[in-house]
Amino acid sequence: MCGIAGLIHRGKSSNVGSEMTAMLQALKHRGPDSTGFAVYGPPNPGDYVMRIKAAEQEDMAKGHGIKEKVEGRIEEIEKRLAEHGAKIKSKEHATDYALRYVIGHDGDTEEMATYIEEIDGVEILSLGNGLELIKDLGDATVVSDAYGLEDFNGTHAIGHTRMATESDVDIRSAHPYWAFPYNDVSVVHNGQITNYWIMRREMERQGHRFMSNCDSELLAVYTAHNLANGMSLEDSLKQSIEEIDGVFTYLVATKDQLGMAKDTMAAKPLVLYESDDLIAMASEEVAIRAILPQEIDTYDPYDEEVRVWQA
Amino acid sequence: MAGVSDAQLREMTQEERAQALGMTTEQLTGRSMFIEFESDAEERFTYPWAHDVDYNKRTELDTDDLTTTEVNEKLRALMAEGYGSIVLKNPRGKHGIAVGILNRLNLIIEGSLGYFGVGLIDGPNVRINGRVGWSCGENMMSGTVLVEKNAGSTFGAAIRGGDLVCRGSVGSRTGIDQKGGTIIVGGDTGALSGFMMQRGRMIVCGNAGKNLGDSMYDGTIYVGGEIRSFGVDAVPAELTELDKAWLTRKLTQYDLLPEKGVDHFTKIVAGKQLWNYDNLEPTEKKLIL
Repeated sequence: MCGIAGLIHRGKSSNVGSEMTAMLQALKHRGPDSTGFAVYGPPNPGDYVMRIKAAEQEDMAKGHGIKEKVEGRIEEIEKRLAEHGAKIKSKEHATDYALRYVIGHDGDTEEMATYIEEIDGVEILSLGNGLELIKDLGDATVVSDAYGLEDFNGTHAIGHTRMATESDVDIRSAHPYWAFPYNDVSVVHNGQITNYWIMRREMERQGHRFMSNCDSELLAVYTAHNLANGMSLEDSLKQSIEEIDGVFTYLVATKDQLGMAKDTMAAKPLVLYESDDLIAMASEEVAIRAILPQEIDTYDPYDEEVRVWQA
Repeated sequence: MAGVSDAQLREMTQEERAQALGMTTEQLTGRSMFIEFESDAEERFTYPWAHDVDYNKRTELDTDDLTTTEVNEKLRALMAEGYGSIVLKNPRGKHGIAVGILNRLNLIIEGSLGYFGVGLIDGPNVRINGRVGWSCGENMMSGTVLVEKNAGSTFGAAIRGGDLVCRGSVGSRTGIDQKGGTIIVGGDTGALSGFMMQRGRMIVCGNAGKNLGDSMYDGTIYVGGEIRSFGVDAVPAELTELDKAWLTRKLTQYDLLPEKGVDHFTKIVAGKQLWNYDNLEPTEKKLIL
């Protein structure tokens, strides 16, 4: 059991950081292990926001000389950015091990991202013009406070509260997943994918990289693969219902779209609220109520249902 | 069974035999135990812990700042005080609200419920002026539940009696394992509705998703709209005059009767091709032979 949530404001920006925090806090009982946010600010062409982690949270407490190691890794990241012609416009430390860079770059971001991830212990959580991906251990308020999400303004967001079942409790296995190397695409998922290894090997044969053993990462890689091949988000979601086995409901966000897909058994919940200016969805109604206390009409999407909304 | 011969078993009483074979004969205790009502008792149809309430005593309960447990405890306390009409305000999608009510009660819920709302009830009349999440009215025994908006999946799972009504559309697996009672859906229903249904009736005024009535043992489903596909062993049957009369009465009762009447409804029953209780599975045959 995990909790997923998404919201998209049509045609305007809002404080999606605090809205998503409230929604995920209401879903805490569905998974207290870790919380993740993928929030989308106004796109800033030419500038990229890169969220990166240089160690796991548990390493910071246990590892001998880890602080020096992390500092060394950060120096190496910046060196490699410079080598790739990227200009660091700003740098912020969210925690000791998580950083946010704004970089100016006009080269190949995939090549740069791959080069940076070759550094031991370093993982790029997200890279994009609008996307900022934040995930850490703890509930929504803890993560939101640590990363200063309360003031984040944007058009749309997806989020996840995780109850770890088949992989570790660490940031690597936390959702959302950035669809490496596809800028601005992120995925959250509730369910279990039963043909994970078959699909993963298929994706690996095609040259995609996997950072964790979490089945949800497959959906991010799968979506990235389809989008890179020119498929629309809606077609990718529809095809996933045919190709991916198991029980799942998942949400995908791109720089200006939010999509959902439900498996053929409709075994994982999603409640949907749609109005002219706001669409909100979550595993449970209680999360939608956290931002919309007034009386509203909501419904459950059916099996094999695919929906895509434009910001 | 070591050390007990067939001859010895034949000599034993039923209780001794059960114990010798490793089966327990302990009496179950606690609230979950099955109650046999005595036929000559004066009040045959109430549970020992059910409250005697007065419909004319009315009160409101604001649940905004309360947890699910606190709401249900307060509800119980109000019923113990004799309140027979209770209006519950601001439930805000909380789970497990108003469960396990075993006496008559007029309950009005002003808002939407989360999962497992009004489950395990035996007697109350509930009206929900909002939406309900998954498994509303699960295992209800009697009474009526009327949902004014949409409902989530497994609406009325394993219900045994009473009327469970949703004016809007419901999710998937509606009435899974239904054992009695009536489920009425004003709108559409999702996939696998009536899955493993054993008894009772389900009316869907709108469309039904795929695999309708999959593996149903018995019971009847009526669908007013289109059926995406039938499940294994679910077959259409003739809609008799008796069916039409019952449908008209039931739907009129909840103001859901379509303008064009009920003649267009499809009736679905079990084909009973899966009924092979007396036949052994091939693997079991091998064991015996």
